[in-house]
Amino acid sequence: MTALAHSALPSQVGLLAGRAIRRILRQPAQLVFPILFPLILLAVNTSGLDAATQLPGFPTASYLDFALAIPFMQGALFAALNGGQDLARDIQGGFLDRLAMTPMSGAALLAGQLGGALFMGVISAVLYLAVGVAFGAGIATGVAGALVLLALAIVISFAFACFGTFVALRAGTGEAVQGFFPLFFVLLFLSSAFFPRDLIEQDWFAIVATYNPVSYMVEGIRSLVIAGWDGQALAQAFGISAIAIVAFLALSARALRTRLVRT
Amino acid sequence: MTEERGIDVQGLVREFKGGVRAVDGIDLRVAAGEIYGFLGPNGAGKSTTVKVLTTLLPPTTGRATVAGYDVAKQGAKVRAAIGVALQDVALDPMLTGSEHMRLQGGLQGIPRAERGRRGDELLERVGLSDAADRKASTYSGGMKRRLDLALALLHKPRILFLDEPTTGLDVQSRTALWEEVARLAREEGTTVFLTTQYLEEADVLANRVGIIDRGTIVAEGTPAALKAQVAKPTVELVPRDGGECAAASAALAPFGEAVAPRTAGSIAVRLDSGADQLADIVRALDQANVAVMNLALHEPTLDDVFLAKTGRSLEGAAQEAPPEPAAERERALA
Amino acid sequence: MSALGRTRSVALAVAWRSIHNAFTNPAFLLPSVLFPLFFFIAFAGGLSGVQNAPDFDYKSGYTSFQFAFVCIQAAAFGGVFTGFAIAADFEFGFARRLMLAAPNRGGIIIGYMISAMVRAIFVLGVVFLAGLVAGMRIDGSLGDLAALLVLALCVSAVATLWSAGIAMRLRTMQAGPAMQMPVFILLFLAPVYVPLNLVAGWVHDVARFNPATAFLEAARGFVSGEPTKVGITAICLVAMFALAALWARGGLRSAEQAG
Repeated sequence: MTALAHSALPSQVGLLAGRAIRRILRQPAQLVFPILFPLILLAVNTSGLDAATQLPGFPTASYLDFALAIPFMQGALFAALNGGQDLARDIQGGFLDRLAMTPMSGAALLAGQLGGALFMGVISAVLYLAVGVAFGAGIATGVAGALVLLALAIVISFAFACFGTFVALRAGTGEAVQGFFPLFFVLLFLSSAFFPRDLIEQDWFAIVATYNPVSYMVEGIRSLVIAGWDGQALAQAFGISAIAIVAFLALSARALRTRLVRT
Repeated sequence: MTEERGIDVQGLVREFKGGVRAVDGIDLRVAAGEIYGFLGPNGAGKSTTVKVLTTLLPPTTGRATVAGYDVAKQGAKVRAAIGVALQDVALDPMLTGSEHMRLQGGLQGIPRAERGRRGDELLERVGLSDAADRKASTYSGGMKRRLDLALALLHKPRILFLDEPTTGLDVQSRTALWEEVARLAREEGTTVFLTTQYLEEADVLANRVGIIDRGTIVAEGTPAALKAQVAKPTVELVPRDGGECAAASAALAPFGEAVAPRTAGSIAVRLDSGADQLADIVRALDQANVAVMNLALHEPTLDDVFLAKTGRSLEGAAQEAPPEPAAERERALA
Repeated sequence: MSALGRTRSVALAVAWRSIHNAFTNPAFLLPSVLFPLFFFIAFAGGLSGVQNAPDFDYKSGYTSFQFAFVCIQAAAFGGVFTGFAIAADFEFGFARRLMLAAPNRGGIIIGYMISAMVRAIFVLGVVFLAGLVAGMRIDGSLGDLAALLVLALCVSAVATLWSAGIAMRLRTMQAGPAMQMPVFILLFLAPVYVPLNLVAGWVHDVARFNPATAFLEAARGFVSGEPTKVGITAICLVAMFALAALWARGGLRSAEQAG
């Protein structure tokens, strides 16, 4: 029996990921808003903070280049939030119990759920990059850098999705997942996403941004756009994301075991 | 190996945090091909029992085997043998009926070629062929229940668990569901364990009924046998003049024991012998000069059984009972 | 009771209820306090370096510059959050009770508007205190600050009418983004981070004709004691109030039709 369940794992993952993707595609609001909103904010910030590029020590002459990293982060946040809410709805509505009655493995459930988030991550990352380039953003590291950028953006998106999955499994209600939205928001805004860390005037803000892991994710993406190959920035961004993935996957697996107390 | 289709429960207890015993020592046996009705008010422990028997909750103590497998130790084998439609219809509002069938079929490991055919067949049988390509969010309450039932049947379970399958359904949908459940037991030999708070449902559908109250089974047997236990019919009358109640009671006293009437302002007596006393009763009332506005003879119902065993009426009991600890997992996590 | 008297009593009853709900249930009030406060902290704290850019001309400092923005933002979002509450009332059926009870339904909208303004005053108070703690400079007189408050309350009223119009047409909480997005876009296609002359690109062209630009500039003028764009702000507010009131009345009609 157990052997059968394991041999069926890839097929189960495929089914559940397919369902997660279908569910996203059928809620246009879930697809359009998370993709559109970051682009609007990018346009607004690029125009509003362009003057900052004239500050001595600002790392680039184009605020668009500087801010291009932000949509990737926002897209990841929204995808995590929506994915988490979908999962919470499964728990609340009893759909998870229905799945639990099948020979589905817990790993398949997690993988399927994250598959949906990954799908969102890939679509939005490609789109943001395309829009950015279309509006004149230059990628300092060229085509190879753009590919690394996409990979990094997807890894980051995956990390946040793991976080969203954990919150959903732990809390089990859509409201609770929604309640984490402000935290995501704070993480992004109190980072170096909008202003270079060394030009932040308020000391307390600079300290918060320095300890905020989101700063390093943003700086990793940004280094590829404005600076060229920066091994340290990339290592930090990939490293922090990887740590987050491992940690939240482990926590999610534990939360799922508690949630699926089937014998 | 013969396919075991029965359910065997011994001393089952399920305790939640805070010492609440939702299920407090239940023994029951369901034979192959039988429809067993688990009747009780809200909060009596019905859903918790179903969750334990379907492996969604481990028992605190006691032993239960379903299809010959221990629910606590052989969860996967139990799940493979049973189909479950839980009280809350568990559907994904974004998926269509046939997508639900395909997803479920895949997770149940039904070969791909067979999946579509079997799914269509079941949708047809529950009358959802026309709605197969519509999202579940557009379904009516009755349609959702039927899809839920179809999903529960997809892997041809030997034992079917239905937790309050008709709560909130209109009369028509309810009758249709009853027919389908009866057909499954009759034609395919499926064992059905069904919980309900409706007397009629248990009466019409179940071969055998267990009445549960506050976590324990207070009576068990065929509906007819249960009714025969409390058995006597009740006569209930409304005097024309409210002032004659006392006289009417006195006139009826020789025929049996006074019981709580179903409607206020009337007098009810459970007859010592049978309905053949009716003529004597009318004569006695006549002699006492009690003019009667309304007189009715009630055959015993399962509610009378419940009343006799617990001292409360089934309808009234729902309000008194503590709410079912539905959020037990949240509590377990907190 | 006169027609006016009846409208007033309906308005006060509705206002009392939603103010009572807001202040007894922190979950209602918290978002409308936290969002502006957070914008204030994030913008004034993180972006202040931008004031060193050439041609950045605002004498009271960047914290005050952002305080003015947050005042307008808090007022506008307070109106939107009130719209959420209206939509919730319709979704949960409470609005039907109001509609049945109130002989004059216009009073219902006025009541919601009053509650939005009371909320706005509370939120502005919190933001003001936060600004003082952060060392914000206020160069305007008490009269200027009073004018800033009036401006914010007017913005709150317009935003409430706009959101009420949507809430009463769609009558579901799903309508939230439809209320919020346009307000958000209007606010952010204005000189949020820097004065208008430093805003670049197409946003600059849009911002020049955006009434929110006038509101922000007027608000910043009041804070620095150099009132500016007051006339155009007043005209815009009156016009927007009239349009939004018509829009809300249409929404009310639509809700009445739906029963």
